[in-house]
Amino acid sequence: MKLIIAAIKPFKLEEVREALTTIGVRGMMVTEIKGFGTQSGHTEIYRGAEYAVNFVPKVKLEIVVADTLAEQVVETIAKTAQTGKIGDGKIFTLDVDSALRVRTGETDGDAL
Amino acid sequence: MNIKTFLPLAAAAALVPALGLAQEAEEVAVSAGEAAAHTQFILNTLLFLVGGFLVFWMAAGFSMLEAGLVRSKNVTMQLTKNVGLFSIAAIMYWLVGFNLMYPGDWLIEGWLGPFFSPTVLEAVGVGADGVDVTYASVGSDFFFQLMFAATTASIVSGTLAERVKLWPFLLFVVVLTGFIYPIEASWQWGGGWLSEAGFSDFAGSTLVHAAGGFAALAGAIVLGARKGKYGKDGKVNAMPGSNLALATLGTFILWLGWFGFNGGSQLAMGTIGDVADVSRIFANTNMAAAAGAVAALILTQVIYKKVDLTMVLNGALAGLVSITAEPLAPSLFQALIIGGIGGVIVVFTVPLLDKLKIDDVVGAIPVHLIAGLWGTFIVAWTNSDASFGTQILGFVAIGAFVFVVSLVVFYLIKMIIGLRVSEEAEVKGLDRAELGMEAYPEFTNG
Repeated sequence: MKLIIAAIKPFKLEEVREALTTIGVRGMMVTEIKGFGTQSGHTEIYRGAEYAVNFVPKVKLEIVVADTLAEQVVETIAKTAQTGKIGDGKIFTLDVDSALRVRTGETDGDAL
Repeated sequence: MNIKTFLPLAAAAALVPALGLAQEAEEVAVSAGEAAAHTQFILNTLLFLVGGFLVFWMAAGFSMLEAGLVRSKNVTMQLTKNVGLFSIAAIMYWLVGFNLMYPGDWLIEGWLGPFFSPTVLEAVGVGADGVDVTYASVGSDFFFQLMFAATTASIVSGTLAERVKLWPFLLFVVVLTGFIYPIEASWQWGGGWLSEAGFSDFAGSTLVHAAGGFAALAGAIVLGARKGKYGKDGKVNAMPGSNLALATLGTFILWLGWFGFNGGSQLAMGTIGDVADVSRIFANTNMAAAAGAVAALILTQVIYKKVDLTMVLNGALAGLVSITAEPLAPSLFQALIIGGIGGVIVVFTVPLLDKLKIDDVVGAIPVHLIAGLWGTFIVAWTNSDASFGTQILGFVAIGAFVFVVSLVVFYLIKMIIGLRVSEEAEVKGLDRAELGMEAYPEFTNG
């Protein structure tokens, strides 16, 4: 099993979710995060005082799928979330040791 | 119901008074002249009552404005301070303030009224012989003036936000609303030495706003700036407010309440002249606010290349403060100028305070003290009974008194029970540290 961690632009979330469910992904976790990469922040001004906003809002997806589906998931996210402008995000893939469905106790592949 | 049923019923209802079934009205024989005087009394009283609850509504305005301009972790504390200070003002004004401000018998003629002379209302169902028919009911006068004392106190809470302790602050409010405000206001509205000298302050640019501003300034100096606000080499760190929607709502609420604040200060509404004057006051007050907002709108765009909403809100309020010393005499154009310059003042003095390292979280000092000075001074432009010199005299006399006494009181509080929260509490947020209650608990980890 693989854990795919992806940081994408927040407005792309719905599009990515739909594309993933189409290819057979049956669950994911979504967190609202701040981050920076090549796309750094910007300056704002509040009551005459300038301040730097160094982080940009992003959305993080964490998806655990069977090995066979992993590459397709990465490709789907990459294609759907891309805008071509800086700040599109990154996708990482990690190995997963085990998985368990809390309701039934099913493990590994049966839990996904 | 249909017209067939409605018409007979309506006819019956119209006949009822004629059948003498109406409630027994008070049978008092009054002459036409007396009735006219009674009507004036009633309308004057009505002005105080309506004006009074409009100024009461400014307490909601200040609460929302301040809640919106502080950070989330301090919102509950700010709201608690606002509810607390208003309630304390109400009690102190009854216990001491009202009669200290409007002395029947002075302790020191023109300077100091009687202490600890609680307010007593007129008897229930009082008749014409039990009231001052030329004025208004004591209850309405007390009610109206109480709101002004509360307004003065609420100015201070904005400046000291995010680092002042609750109870020491409320202790200061006790002193401010019970003693400091009534004493300085007695010099003018209570018929004291300043009004004898010819000083003119229609609704309180100095008596309420600059006085509140001076007390706020004294507090800010004794308290010190928020941790992390000012960095090395004059760097100013922005601490953006948590909710600009609330801040804007608060500003509009204050704007609405101000019609009562200035309009009610006409103190009479029983004649054509008086009610027309109240109309002028409403119109001028509104114009000044609008001009102040537009001035800030244009200036922030030009100076910072971006409009700053919080400055526009402050600009509107500064316009209101500026017109408060003389909302009756100016023409609408003059009111525009007076309010507009108030807005200009705010845009320049907010960063100036930061340069002086005086941390005023909501801009109360520029809005109330500096614009209050401008509003007080410019009275002599439109009101020929005033002179620029006397206006400055009044501002300086009241300012010095309020500033020095407030400074002493704040220092005493600091020495005896402490004024500022611990560094840890300030970082954690006053809501969790002092109150154990968050304003937005679902949006935090706690």
